[in-house]
Amino acid sequence: MKKFTTALVGIAGIALASNAMADGHGGSTLKQVQDKGFIQCGVSQGLPGFSNADDSGNWAGLDVDLCRAVAAAVFGDASKVKYSPLSAKQRFTALSSGEVDILSRNTTWTMTRDTQLGLNFAGVNYYDGQGMMVPKALGATSATQLDGANICTNTGTTTELNITDYFRQNGMSFNLVAFEKADEVVAAYDAGRCDVYTTDRSGLAAQRGKLTNPDAHVVLPEIISKEPLGPVVRQGDDQWFNIVRWSLNAMINAEEMGISSANVGDMMSSDNPAVKRLLGTEGKFGEELGISNDWAMNIISQVGNYGESYEKHVGENTPLKLARGVNALWSNGGILYAAPIR
Amino acid sequence: MPQKTDNKSVNFVRTEAAPLLPPPASEAGITGWLYQNIFNSMSDFSSPVATIKSVLMGLLTIFLLYVGLGQFWALLDFSLFSAVWSAPEGVKREACLTVDKGGELPSGWHGACWPFVAAKMKFLMYGAYDNDQLWRPNVTALIGLIGLAWVMIEPLPYRRYVGAFLLTIYPLIALILLTGGNFDTDYNSVTVITILGLLLITIGRQAAAGRMGQTAGEFAGMFGTFGWIFIAYAAVNATLGVDFNLRQIGTNDWGGLLITLVVAVTGIVASLPLGIVLALGRRSHMPVARILSTVFIEFWRGVPLITVLFMASVMLPLFLPEGVNFDNLLRALIGVMLFSAAYMAEVIRGGLQAMDKGQFEGADALGLSYWQKMRLIILPQALTHVIPGIVNTFIGLFKDTTLVSIVSIFDMLGAVQSTYADPSWGTPVQDETGYLFIVIIYFVFCFGMSRYSMFMEYKLSTSRKN
Amino acid sequence: MRPNKSFLLTLIYDARYRSITFQVLLLLSIIFGIWWVVDNTVTNLAAQNKGVGFGFLTQTSGFQISPTLGTWLFGYEVGKSSYLEVYYIGIVNTFIVAFFGIFAATILGFTLGIMRLSQNFIFRAFSTVYIEIGRNVPLLVQLFFWYFAVLRTLPSRREKVELIPDVMGINITGLYIPRAMPEEGFSLTLYAFLIACGITWFTSRWAKKRQQRTGQIFPMFWAGVGILLGLPLVVFLVTGSPLTWEYPVFAETGPLLKRGYQAGAGVLVIPEMLAVWFALSIYTAAFIAEIVRAGIVAVPKGQTEASSALGIKKNYALRLVIIPQAMRIIIPPLTSQYLNLTKNSSLAVAIAYPELVSVFAGTALNQVGREIEMIFMTMAVYLTFSIVTAIFMNWFNARVKLVER
Repeated sequence: MKKFTTALVGIAGIALASNAMADGHGGSTLKQVQDKGFIQCGVSQGLPGFSNADDSGNWAGLDVDLCRAVAAAVFGDASKVKYSPLSAKQRFTALSSGEVDILSRNTTWTMTRDTQLGLNFAGVNYYDGQGMMVPKALGATSATQLDGANICTNTGTTTELNITDYFRQNGMSFNLVAFEKADEVVAAYDAGRCDVYTTDRSGLAAQRGKLTNPDAHVVLPEIISKEPLGPVVRQGDDQWFNIVRWSLNAMINAEEMGISSANVGDMMSSDNPAVKRLLGTEGKFGEELGISNDWAMNIISQVGNYGESYEKHVGENTPLKLARGVNALWSNGGILYAAPIR
Repeated sequence: MPQKTDNKSVNFVRTEAAPLLPPPASEAGITGWLYQNIFNSMSDFSSPVATIKSVLMGLLTIFLLYVGLGQFWALLDFSLFSAVWSAPEGVKREACLTVDKGGELPSGWHGACWPFVAAKMKFLMYGAYDNDQLWRPNVTALIGLIGLAWVMIEPLPYRRYVGAFLLTIYPLIALILLTGGNFDTDYNSVTVITILGLLLITIGRQAAAGRMGQTAGEFAGMFGTFGWIFIAYAAVNATLGVDFNLRQIGTNDWGGLLITLVVAVTGIVASLPLGIVLALGRRSHMPVARILSTVFIEFWRGVPLITVLFMASVMLPLFLPEGVNFDNLLRALIGVMLFSAAYMAEVIRGGLQAMDKGQFEGADALGLSYWQKMRLIILPQALTHVIPGIVNTFIGLFKDTTLVSIVSIFDMLGAVQSTYADPSWGTPVQDETGYLFIVIIYFVFCFGMSRYSMFMEYKLSTSRKN
Repeated sequence: MRPNKSFLLTLIYDARYRSITFQVLLLLSIIFGIWWVVDNTVTNLAAQNKGVGFGFLTQTSGFQISPTLGTWLFGYEVGKSSYLEVYYIGIVNTFIVAFFGIFAATILGFTLGIMRLSQNFIFRAFSTVYIEIGRNVPLLVQLFFWYFAVLRTLPSRREKVELIPDVMGINITGLYIPRAMPEEGFSLTLYAFLIACGITWFTSRWAKKRQQRTGQIFPMFWAGVGILLGLPLVVFLVTGSPLTWEYPVFAETGPLLKRGYQAGAGVLVIPEMLAVWFALSIYTAAFIAEIVRAGIVAVPKGQTEASSALGIKKNYALRLVIIPQAMRIIIPPLTSQYLNLTKNSSLAVAIAYPELVSVFAGTALNQVGREIEMIFMTMAVYLTFSIVTAIFMNWFNARVKLVER
């Protein structure tokens, strides 16, 4: 009896492992995703406005909407997404090992990451730049006055390198305190450990709400780096890459054409050929991607266009209060410009 | 010659017992206790040196009393007397803010904000587990608790079977209940393996009966064992594949105390068989087995758990064939399991070493084989003897599960920290309250377990005395 | 003899060959397992366009590290120092905090352990409560407590609390202590100290021999202290006190960012290090206290009684009879606590103290992305340390082992 029970324990372990292994076997990402019935989306460990979970674990944010859009395109159901919160350190391994299908985690598109990590950036869903926040009491109005500052930031990010470069370039001395988690950075800055908190400007806006007294801090005008944030997929699966890229493009194009979740029903009967192509009433653009032709319609009706998503999660009416700025459409003075669907 | 005298005429002899005097004040009652336990060490003024010593002891006692009571009072005040216990419907951080921050509490107030913990309670206990499915972890925990209590309470019958249930079928039930089961089992291969298993058992039976020649006869036992292993494997796999109509809930949605318990319990249960094998290996006479076991044990014991977790979360995917991947929790579990197996092996080795040599020799004299000797004589005694050690390892592991929060698994500590990100509850006492809450939980768990281990130690040591 | 047994069966059933067969099989399966892992890794790395190699160690690092002993020793400079230096800095920082942690935990642990056995109830209660809380609350939680809860109570960067006026002060940016600046001739004092060590050693040998020969006790402890302190002090004074102290400078005025303690004056102990040090010492002390208590309790009461029967004075009995026996029980678990403390210092990664795991397996790993090499290099440091400790322990155990007849 005992021998048998011991064997059973061992076997339960093996079975567990082999079942877990079954997730990722072979085939294209689209096929795998369709087989398992959901998209595994790598997100941050909690960045309000971009990817943040509420008390009951529902994720929301601009980055989350991108995953939801892809799910809408693939399944016609934006809710078929599961989320993996990842630290900055884990994110690329998680993607390349197949643990997640998309990495949508405010990740900066850089050449090294694009070329050396076996990953592809499918586009940019937020143009960001690194900024600095200081307590108002410090009286600083420009980053050039920060000689000798203590600076808190996240480890494992481009932020850490940028700030070092900036201070060296300007011949200023500084002391860097780099933490593993964003929450720890905020807590340390809030406790007064540092004079400066630096991260992407969107991040500053998002984290500001966590400070004990948000109004006592000011973001300095300098933007010290370019941070195009976007979704990432594994290299070598162009079909999946295209689905992600065009899901994003569809959201941007929809805003440009004035199609929103509110009026997408009416727009179905539009005569505008560009609208018809987007919504799948003309041509077979979805099938070319290997998904249904009403893919973009699903995205817009369930997730909304880019503008809606932006306003809902990071816009002026949210705690983040981020103006559209460079993230406005090209036709409105921004740099958001999606390739046309034709 | 002394004359025999009448007792009555001698007035210096007592005729009745003297009344019992109360014990001196320094020996009994509160004063006696106080004297013996407090003042005894500071009442020697016989020499200058002793006087100085006594005075110093007195001052130190007062100081410790002051610090201890001060801290104790501060804790009580923070957690009970000054604490905010309830918040009206819809009121969040305002309930725990002072007047100068926009709340109603007097300025200078410093106390716990329990409504914050209450609001986050579900998240701290279950993480993002689906709200309408909480009965599943609850039932899992309940079965586990009942089983554990059954095994621990002496007079109950069938404890052995309950223990076997806890180690074999219970993990399966827990796995299915928590994840929702319905894994992609390949039923064709399950069928093939079942048939193979049955075939092997039949061959074993036939061989044992001597119908298949002498060579096969000697392998009979092995055939049987492999047959049963195949069958068991098929059974487990088949069960996992059954659709119990439970919603699937991925480990990413697990969190809080649930994760803490899953990691600690799985770590300890899974490390037990591996630990036994390693401990036996380390004491084996075969140099290869001994060296391999020693290297394995010393490697894992020599590195910090955090590097093991980094390794499991960052490097494990690299070690496996392309396309194979475990989820984040399973990877951490593998790391924790290997790590605790090494510690477990050392605990068990201690038990083996403490065994009387006569037991080994007696078993040998009876002509038992190595495995029979271990299974029937040595391990039952050695394992019972090291129960306190196993419980202590478990306590260590239970505390160490906090480290998984560094590889972004939301255990209790990770869950608490992530609740700080919610600005609607953001108050200056938010993190103190949260930490205090988990400190209490950890303390209750670990303290309780360490008492149990001490009790077992006491019981075992008395039962071993002749 | 069983002639009709096949060769295969002989290998399994014959006691002469069985263990060899088993070992060969075990070895083969281990080799196969390792090969499998290596093969997978090579394939996976190739898919990610990565190789394995240590070339990255000579690359220069692009990030800043908090000022610590390591950065000072290696003169760390962004853009000039290599990743190899980052590795060394991590090692130095790990061991410095482990060293101070072991020091504090030992003192605290022994005090508490003895207090736990005190006749004084207050002492006992205090130490029991301390030990139970210290042992039963996870270290990581304690670390966060010391860092985030205590950090908040420190004065801000532009204020200070002076521990010793003008000499030592603390605020949220750290603890500022004076720096010793040896001048020319100070090396003579160091030599004097070395010579004093030698003299003490010889004296103690002589004293021991004399005691064995004549029974007279030489006050070795006081003599040793006298020699060790006196000789260097005399040399120091004779050479004209060639040591100056550089005190921390606190600026009250000037541009806001420049106010507060000035960089470069005195020694800065960053608050992260203080928090790690506190948490490690306090956590480990609770365990050490239990070890010490158990060790003292384990010495049979008969030993105390026997020594008083022999007329040995109480404090001599403690020093010569009880403690040596207790130490034999205490030292092995104590060493493993020291090892644990060193390994636990890796938790500092959570609060940004730049020790090995944080700065090398953390920050540097993120910039270079060489997981395999870097994690193994990190593990190698801890492994080496524990193996060296284990060798020392074996030597020590062999030395103090009871000679049984």
